[in-house]
Amino acid sequence: MTSAPILELDRLGKVFAADGHSVTALDDVSLSFERGECHAIVGESGSGKTTIANLVLGLLGATSGAIRFNGATLGRSRTRDQKRAIQLVQQNPLSALNPRRSVGASIRLPLDVHGLGKGSERNSRVAALLQEVGLEPEHAKRSPRGLSGGQRQRIAIARALACEPELLVLDEPTSALDVLVQARVLELLQRLRRERGLTYLFITHDLAVVRAIADRVSVFQKGRLVETGPVETIFSDPKSAYTRELIGAIPVVTEAEAALRAAIRAGTPIPAGAE
Amino acid sequence: MNNALQKPVLTIRDLRLAFGDRRHQTPVLHGISLHIQPGEKVALVGESGSGKSVTARLAMGLLQDSKRTHVSGSIWFDGIDAAKGGPEIARRRGNRVAMIFQDPTSALNPTFKIRGQFRDVLRSGDRSISKDEADRRAEAALAEVSIPDPKRALDSYAFQLSGGMNQRVMIAMSLANRPQLLIADEPGTALDVTVQAQTLNLMHELTEKTGTSVLLISHNLGVVREFADRVYVIYRGRIVEHGTTAQLFNDPRHPYTRALLAAIPKISGGGLPDLPERSPEFENPLITHEGCGEPAEALS
Repeated sequence: MTSAPILELDRLGKVFAADGHSVTALDDVSLSFERGECHAIVGESGSGKTTIANLVLGLLGATSGAIRFNGATLGRSRTRDQKRAIQLVQQNPLSALNPRRSVGASIRLPLDVHGLGKGSERNSRVAALLQEVGLEPEHAKRSPRGLSGGQRQRIAIARALACEPELLVLDEPTSALDVLVQARVLELLQRLRRERGLTYLFITHDLAVVRAIADRVSVFQKGRLVETGPVETIFSDPKSAYTRELIGAIPVVTEAEAALRAAIRAGTPIPAGAE
Repeated sequence: MNNALQKPVLTIRDLRLAFGDRRHQTPVLHGISLHIQPGEKVALVGESGSGKSVTARLAMGLLQDSKRTHVSGSIWFDGIDAAKGGPEIARRRGNRVAMIFQDPTSALNPTFKIRGQFRDVLRSGDRSISKDEADRRAEAALAEVSIPDPKRALDSYAFQLSGGMNQRVMIAMSLANRPQLLIADEPGTALDVTVQAQTLNLMHELTEKTGTSVLLISHNLGVVREFADRVYVIYRGRIVEHGTTAQLFNDPRHPYTRALLAAIPKISGGGLPDLPERSPEFENPLITHEGCGEPAEALS
């Protein structure tokens, strides 16, 4: 990992208040994201993981604390370049893509907005992006409605990549997909990260996906950062009771997984062969 | 396990389903056969579009009324053939056979309090039940699923309760009339993992206690492994593999089942899962594990 973190959350807090009630969605969270790593944010509903995404994307303003991106403080009003550098891929690609727009038009829109490339180059740029995510240039003419869930998610990824981001916020990017499709999309994300040197802020509730793709994990509960560390450490020696509870609740399919889970539930050493 | 002398609670024989009009029909099920013994928990597992949910809906008689559904084969349950739909199976819904859905909050009616919905359920099992008696039984049922304050839950609307609480209410309601069969379509999939685990434990515990058989519909092989005694794997409207849970997970034989298991990321590590090619072998004929055949004749 290189020296300076790409993204830092510094004592970040977010309180939602209405009608005299207030809810602390994020409570004094400090965390840094290294360039090129896949950093997973895990937690259940109400843990604050989506609030983090919204703050990082600038869709919400923080109540306290600061976000620094490449060393510069990010507020809610951002330069075009700051907006371009952080992009989002959502859970459900069907609702994330405009059904009235062709696939090509959806991917081209960020190029037009950010004025990237000359007009004539943009269409060939769209074709190259489609190929980069494993689709054909011909898909540009199609409507997202006629495509499969996996193809749609690839299009959402291509659109996010169109303006050459540095950081991708991936909000449950494979949760709505069947397992055979999920495996392929995870592989695509891993390849793109390597080839483009991208950093991922990977939000998920699925700890098995975390184990497969992430370098670091941060576990959240009710707006608080409960535990953070390299993925191997979290799965071999989880420190907090909540992390143990989360791992202990995962439905598993192999004996090795069941043995690891049983050891984590009981707080006993991890059995050999479960690594 | 395979007690051939027992009479299955549910026997589905060569069930076929197509959607469409007379001229253009899209086949969805290509001849599904499955059975469930008394007290047994059986899973039907497959991806989206495989036909698992429509199978459950046909068993409840919920699809047959549409002119665009074409059904053949038989669904023997409680002395009737439910494949044709109609009033006989409708009369059994909610008391002889009950269903739990994926999203409990949208499965409950938002405009009525839980109390009224619970009374309706109990009345479908016993028309002469008094309001007081219904309320007393509803409270007991909610206490049984560990709802801390049953009286308050009964006086709430579904949107005032959490997803986990609503799921408990659904489980309590579905089992209130001691049905022979509970059909659970992706129970807890919309909930957090810890709540999902509690939901499955609760369903397991209560159905053991009441001797209710369960047909679990799921895409999640982990959930199936935790919960079911026996498993049918469905792919594109065909059952491709059938065995006990131990047989299927320790010795998966069908190329499709193997691909599914390989594609799931594992908490024990190993990096990215294998990349399975969709192969023509996925359409290979049904593999049935030892001792798991369908009963010789549809008894009813």
